[in-house]
Amino acid sequence: MSADRIRIRVERLDMIFGSYVVQRGVDFEVRQGAIFVIMGASGCGKSTLLKHMIGLVRPAAGRVLYDEESYWEATERRRAEIGQRFGILFQSGALWSSMTLAENVALPLSLYTGLSSQEITTLAAYKLSLVGLRGFEDFYPSEISGGMRKRAGLARAMALDPDILFFDEPSAGLDPLSSRRLDRLMLELRDNLGTTIVMVTHELASIFDVADDSVFLDADSKTLIARGSPQELRDHCEHAKVRAFLRRGGEDGENP
Amino acid sequence: MNPPAARKNSALARSARRLEIESDGATVRLTLGGAWSLKDGLADTGPIGRALAVEGIEALKAITDGLEGSDSSLGVYLATIHDLCAQRGVRFDLTGVEPGLAKLVGLARAVPEQTDTDHNKDPRSRLEQVGHRTIAALRQFDGDIRFLGELTLSVGRLLTGQARFRWRDVREALEDCGPRSIVIVSVISALIGMILAFIGAVQLRKFGAGIYIADLVGLAMSREMAAVMTGIVIAGKTGASFAARLGTMQAQEEIDALTTLGLSPIDFLVLPRMIALALMMPLLYLYACGIGLTGGVLVSTTVLDLTVGQYWHQTLYAVGLKHFIIGLSKSVVFGVLVALAGCMRGIQCGRSAAAVGEATTSAVVTGILYIIITDAVFAVLLEVFGL
Repeated sequence: MSADRIRIRVERLDMIFGSYVVQRGVDFEVRQGAIFVIMGASGCGKSTLLKHMIGLVRPAAGRVLYDEESYWEATERRRAEIGQRFGILFQSGALWSSMTLAENVALPLSLYTGLSSQEITTLAAYKLSLVGLRGFEDFYPSEISGGMRKRAGLARAMALDPDILFFDEPSAGLDPLSSRRLDRLMLELRDNLGTTIVMVTHELASIFDVADDSVFLDADSKTLIARGSPQELRDHCEHAKVRAFLRRGGEDGENP
Repeated sequence: MNPPAARKNSALARSARRLEIESDGATVRLTLGGAWSLKDGLADTGPIGRALAVEGIEALKAITDGLEGSDSSLGVYLATIHDLCAQRGVRFDLTGVEPGLAKLVGLARAVPEQTDTDHNKDPRSRLEQVGHRTIAALRQFDGDIRFLGELTLSVGRLLTGQARFRWRDVREALEDCGPRSIVIVSVISALIGMILAFIGAVQLRKFGAGIYIADLVGLAMSREMAAVMTGIVIAGKTGASFAARLGTMQAQEEIDALTTLGLSPIDFLVLPRMIALALMMPLLYLYACGIGLTGGVLVSTTVLDLTVGQYWHQTLYAVGLKHFIIGLSKSVVFGVLVALAGCMRGIQCGRSAAAVGEATTSAVVTGILYIIITDAVFAVLLEVFGL
């Protein structure tokens, strides 16, 4: 696995709903094995960008390439195949409420592996234990807390050992310890399995702990204004806005 | 924000708010004092607007003097004046105002109003509103057609065995519209049977043709009422619950999670519910027929002195297998339509709690509408083919 291989490439992507422009001309690439962060103020279109990348919203213009293969130009069947290598953690966890946690994790496994139901049960319990939910297999999503739901969502996202994990605000609603645990888990996944991780977040602690590459979406100019490692952006970015964001407004004192 | 002021506010004796406006031709001086409380309502910004409208005014200086306490009533007053000054290009000087208050006003106006969102494009004229509504209605229609198309493809996959869904969902839906609907279906069909018999009894007795009441109740129940009434009951009960269930799933990104897993939400969520209703509705229809006829028997034997035997004999004579087959086919179609309306509105649901409510209401209305329209089409077709 070469470290510099480009895994995902986003080319001149326009995100437009009706007459409302969310972002224009978004351009970046994600290397194999990177932990890549999409940053920006609330409402700038970070989650929308993620939805364009995982196949939920077709871009108004531009391309998303996985291993140099254009996702949106592929046939529906091929898109589903590419999508099988994704694991996605939604903002609210998005567990299927009519299924227990174990069944939630088991569904992807029963769809795409030929394992017996006994094996699937064992595997689902293992995935849940990875996120600290051992013993909660038979609980329904409505019976556990929001933070636990999020972790169960992560277990489901990891069910098929995906090549690329997408996280939409993973640490929102998690206590500091769970959040830290999640960061550690991300590093483990990357180091041991070579998983590429793309995450939308504005949790600074977590950004500096785990991210090695990032982009910053600006809500005012409606485009991407900076990219690089978060540390580098904090110290050397030409845009005061980006520096202020990464220092919680500290240095310039522009924002109260 | 301002604890001592807040404490003063709660004191029993407090003086009213004071505001004085003086102008020297170039600068307006606004002196604020007394206790400002929302209990007194919001202060009128009219006088200050008139003072600013005078030719040659360049600045407005606000000063607090003897302010005994304030809440948001003063904040909103100053923020409004801030906007008035901005409109007229007048400098707004807040240096004479208590620092805490000046900061609050600054905070309220720090981020400029978002104007480029679709929300601010209020249609002004009536004509424009009609246009917007029309476009919205067309979009809705477009969405419905799209859904129908996807559903057709999905049924195709079902027939070729490629559709992926869980039989457990079918079982759950079967239970919801079957056993759990028995009571309401019983009550309604018994009453419908009795009402039909009553109406018939009053009219037919005049001609001494009381026995034909069995024909009336039997034909009406088997051809029309049993299928239509169970359809409407199931639309209000099961159709609504489908819409609420799928709508909530949409609101909580559960449907997105299915899509990204490569599962078609139509296959996985809509098909099982549709299969369940298509299976259960004919059974409910037969049951409703039975209960409705029993209701008819009850009324006829008490009001018209007919015997159960006579009634039974006359019913067998009047109602043939043909009528049951017509009713049964209607009930299958109605079941499919109710499931379609409920699931369609659920899948089309927006991503908020209010949207789930709207989807549920709309599912019931759409379901009932489809049933009545289809029943009319059935009536015409059966007439044309002489059935």
